[in-house]
This record gives sequence, C-alpha cells and structure tokens, in this order.
Amino acid sequence: MKSREVVLPGEELEERKGRKLGNGVYFEGDKIFSKVLGMPRIDENEISVTALSGTYTPRVGDKIVGVIDTTEISGWSVDINSPYMAFLPISEAVDEFVDRDRTDLTRYFDVGDIIFCRVSKVTKNMVVQVSMDDYSARKLINGTIVKVTPTKIPRIIGKAGSMVTLIKNKTGCDITSGQNGVVWIRGEEKSKAIEAILMIDRDSHTVGLTEKIEKFLG
Amino acid sequence: MEEKYALELMQKGKRIDEREFDEFRKIEIKKNIIEKAEGSASVKIGETHVIAGVKLNIGTPFEDRPEEGVLIVNAEFTPLASPDFESGPPSEDAVELARVVDRGIRESKCIKMEDLVIEPKEKVWSVFVDIHIINHDGNLMNAAGLAAIAALLNTKIPKIEDEKIVRGDYEKDLPVVHYPINITICKVGKKYLIDPILEEENAINSKLTIAVMEDDSICAMQKQGSEGIVFEELEDMIDLAIKKTKELRKLIKCR
Amino acid sequence: MKRIDGRSEEEMREIEMKLDVVKRANGSASVRFGNTEAIASVYGPKGVFPKFLQEDHKSVLKVRYNMAPFSVDDRKAPGHDRRSTELSKVIRLAIEPAIFLEDFPRAGIYGFIEMLQSDGSTRVTGINALSMALATAGIPMRDLITACSVGKVDDKLVVDLNGEEDCNGQADLAFAMLPNKNLVTLLQMDGILTKEEIVKILGYARNSCKKIFELQKQTLKERYKGEE
Repeated sequence: MKSREVVLPGEELEERKGRKLGNGVYFEGDKIFSKVLGMPRIDENEISVTALSGTYTPRVGDKIVGVIDTTEISGWSVDINSPYMAFLPISEAVDEFVDRDRTDLTRYFDVGDIIFCRVSKVTKNMVVQVSMDDYSARKLINGTIVKVTPTKIPRIIGKAGSMVTLIKNKTGCDITSGQNGVVWIRGEEKSKAIEAILMIDRDSHTVGLTEKIEKFLG
Repeated sequence: MEEKYALELMQKGKRIDEREFDEFRKIEIKKNIIEKAEGSASVKIGETHVIAGVKLNIGTPFEDRPEEGVLIVNAEFTPLASPDFESGPPSEDAVELARVVDRGIRESKCIKMEDLVIEPKEKVWSVFVDIHIINHDGNLMNAAGLAAIAALLNTKIPKIEDEKIVRGDYEKDLPVVHYPINITICKVGKKYLIDPILEEENAINSKLTIAVMEDDSICAMQKQGSEGIVFEELEDMIDLAIKKTKELRKLIKCR
Repeated sequence: MKRIDGRSEEEMREIEMKLDVVKRANGSASVRFGNTEAIASVYGPKGVFPKFLQEDHKSVLKVRYNMAPFSVDDRKAPGHDRRSTELSKVIRLAIEPAIFLEDFPRAGIYGFIEMLQSDGSTRVTGINALSMALATAGIPMRDLITACSVGKVDDKLVVDLNGEEDCNGQADLAFAMLPNKNLVTLLQMDGILTKEEIVKILGYARNSCKKIFELQKQTLKERYKGEE
C-alpha cells in the first residue's frame, strides 16, 4: 500500500490476521475493506482509514467546542457540529444549587455562547449529553469559531501540539481545538490563523505541509 | 411484526399461506364490469383487488408521432385500499406502477396505434387506462398489469357522429395484437418467489418486475427494492418470468 | 454500418468527470458522457426536519433527480413531473445498497442530481456523479456505484445510447452496479429484446461499468494525490 495513496469505499485493504479494526473500515470474512474515501493506516496491530471529509460522530470522552443553541428547562441544547444536537444538563454545567423555577438559566449560558466541554454520554441511537465537569471545560469568551473536517484536527494540533503552537506563536492568538472539528480562535491576527487552519484542512494529505504553513505564517 | 414472521418462514422455505414459492394465489378476472367505460376489468389475486377502466377520448397526436393514437396510463392508490395510502398527489410508488404498466403495454406495441387515427395529424383516439387499487394485499404491479391488458382486450371504440363521440354505440374493437404480461420475481435468501402477499412484500427487498410477450421476448424490466441482485441471478429471474407469465396469459387470452 | 455518431457497438462517448463543483455541498461531482451532463451534490448526514420523518435505527436517504429546463430540445417546464418522480425513486434505490445508513441513526442524507444537458442516458450519468459526490462527502459506503446504458439500435446491440438512439432505437436498458461486489442495483429496460439479447447486453453493461469505474477511481485518487 503506497503510503500517500488515498483509498476508496469498497477498496480491499489487507487480510485481518487478528488485528483490531479502527474507524473507516468494514469486514467480510477475513477481508477488510475501506468504508470511506481516506488515508489507510495499517500496522501490525490495527487497520483503519482516516476519512478525508465527513461529519462528526460523537464519542464519550471527546473534548469538543460547542455552541449553545437553545435554553431548555433543565439545561441547554448544544450545537456540536454533528447531525446530532447535544444536551448540557444544569447539573453538569453549574456547581452551585440552581432553583429551576426561579432562576433564569441564561445567566450561566446563553444562546450563542461558545463552550469547551466533554462528551459524557452517547446512546445507541445517538442521543448525546455533554458535561462541563472536566478540568479543561470552560466558556470561550469572544473570539470566532471555524469548522473543519473532524479527522483533520490531529493534523491541526500537530505532534505534541507542534502545529497549533506554531500558529499561536506566529499570530499571537488563543486557539482551542475541539475533536468535533470546531476550532475557536481569539486575537488580533485571527484571520491569518484561520487561513492557516483552513489550509491544513484542505491540504492535510500532502507532504511538505508543515513547511508550507511555516512559509505562509512568515 | 408479521413481516418478521413472514421473513422467518420464507428463509425456511415456507410461506404463511403454505403456497409453493412459484405458486400464484387464486386469481379471479371479471371483464366489462364498468358500463360507462369503453373497456374494463377487475382482477383479484388472493385479496389484492385492482380495477382497470379504459376510456377513449378524441385528442391530438404527439408532434413526433402524428399518425398514431395516444396512450396514457394512470394509477390511483386511494386511501380506501390501504392504511398506507394517503390522499393527495400520487406517491412515488403509484407513479412507478403506472409507468411500468404503461411501458409493458407501450413497448410491446400491443395496441395498433396507427389504427387509432381519426383525421391524420389532427385528431386521434386517446386511450386512457386508469388503474384503481381497491384492496392492497401485495403484488399490486402484477394485478394492475393483468387488469390493464384484460381491460384493453374488451375495449371497444365508440362511433363518431358529427365530430362527436356517441358513447355506448360502438364501431369496432380496440385493435390489440400482443399480450404482454408482467410478473415480479422476488429473491429471498437463495430462492425465487412470486406473488408475495403484503407481509411478504414488506419483508423482501430484492425484486425484478419483467414484462413478457407471447413469443417470450421481454418488453419491460424494472428492478425494485433496496437490495442489490447478484449479476448472475438476473438470467434465472428472467427464465422464471417467461415460464410463469404463460400461466397468467392463459387467463386473459379469451376475448 | 456504424452508429449515428460514428461509434462502434461497444464504444462509449467521451467521458469527463470533475469533483467539488458545488462548494457549499458536503460533496459534489459532475459527469459528462458526450452531450449528457449531470451535476450531483450531497448534503449530510445532518438532522432531519420535521423530526417525525427521521428513522430510529438508520439515516433516511432522499434523492431528487431534476432536469434543467434548458437541458433538452423542447424546453422542459420546471418542476417535478412523473418521470422525475420515478427516476428519483429508482436512483435512490440504486445507491441505497451501497450506503451504511445504519451508521447514522436519526439523521438524513440528501442527494441531488441536476441534468444540465440531456442527450440520452441521463439517469446513469447522474448516478455516476452522485456516487462520487457521496464519496467526497465522506459518507461511509460498501462500494462506489457505477452505471451505464446499453440497448439495441438499428438491430445492433450497443453501449451508451445518445438521445437519438434512446428515442428511436429498439430497446434501451439502464444499469447500475456495485463494481467490487458484482451486485446490480438498477435495472430498467424498455423496448423489445429476446432473453439472449438481454443476457448479451448485460455482459456489455458490466464490462462498460468496469471501464467507467476505473475513471471514477482515477478522478477520486487524483484529487487527493499527495504532492511531493
């Protein structure tokens, strides 16, 4: 398998030989096929294909950037860049006791607020719950969000955060990336940061991307 | 619920009503049942009941076929026939059924369209075949196809006096020269099945409707269902269709 | 004796395929066979509205096939007619077997095909485009879907019918399959053919789909080729 050649849905990969199956693949007997248009990842332990495009499928434990969509009676409904809305219950958002009858929930979170939170529950038919009960969870004040293909987020972050640190340093921006493909940016040079991020989203499969981004950021 | 049961049985090679996989239900055909229509037929396949009525009107020919009559086939899936039918514009299933039955009739050239000219390039007979579902218990397509050809076979062309149609007074028979019959072959597991009842039909997702002429040539095909058919199976399905439509043709062939 | 446009029996028209033609869509592609040109775009998986239309265990799949008014000789009135209703249904059923709908319960996947130019074999051209649009949208599939038309014109069994052959020929058959799985997902025929003729042109159809599939593969792989 050429390391930089994309695979198509239905394309046969290798025989399973007892290996674990990751995302983007399906099996028929011992044969493994790609499910998506993407980059294959095959080693002695696992076979998977990283999709080059597609929507976000929520998984428990994911750290994501969401936007408050509506205020409900006992919590908020959150847009998580997925076909599925998530629910943030008051109990998972606020530490203190909240008297639902007398409190206006918008004092905590209002429509349009951007939050960094954790996916806490996902049922079999994709009813999703998120929680702010995590050391990294917080409201992201001001700034803008940009949406990219969720599978490109690791490339945007880079090995040990190298890529996102590069962008932060060169643009002086605050950047928070959600595993759901939503990236929050705040700072004076945010348009430059956004362009760099979109460049990675578009060209993530190419070699020499790091140099290209370095060159662009100056 | 019943679909699951029907499917389980079929996978074991059995059917709810204990028929063979290649056996039709009881078929009842009644001709000329609607006085006001120029031709009509009622077909019952088991509890599935379809009525086809043929009306003739004077119309203008199509620009690209100026010396031929016009054929229009329509189907009504009225809410009367099934809790699954809704009133309003025809559903995609009703449209599909009408168009497949139409193609079976049209492509086989079973009506001699050239004989339907009243005034060349100006006036021709428009043949309206309207299919009305009365009760839906599966296999509507085959019942409708049978009703349509049966109705056409007893259709008479009315007389024209002073440029007006004299209804009830007939000049001659509608010239029908071929006998296309359609049949839907279903695939369940490794076996082929015909004439599904409603529960069976809802459980089967692999079907091929084939219209066969009296000389064994095929004049229409339509794959249905949300599952694929293995390429090599197509020939088997066509063979079964040719064989089984002969039984149906015997039922309608007398005028 | 050659065909109207000089082609031999098994020769297809000139084929052109492009990706990402509708920027706002999640995935899109255009395919041209001679003077027949289709654009396809895919949206989703996304939420379903109204909610009661969603299905608990899988995604709903909706396909709309439409012909632009200027795509034919005699302007076609805009809007849905019976033909586009039937074609929307058969095209949806032609691609459904390929898609892992169960991966997105309670969501919806929406496919749109617009015929910009219509010179025969429109539905199969549309399916070829929609298949690639689904792939570029990241929709999980068992296989791509490849389609072509075959038929009988002037007593010859032929591949890829143009408009005139479609109208005036003796039979035409629209065919689609999952190329790696040997599964037929679209089969419509009208005209008069013997069983032997059908078996023969089905063979032509499968062979032609193999060639078209190679082009789809090439187009998709080229688009994502790593630059050294």
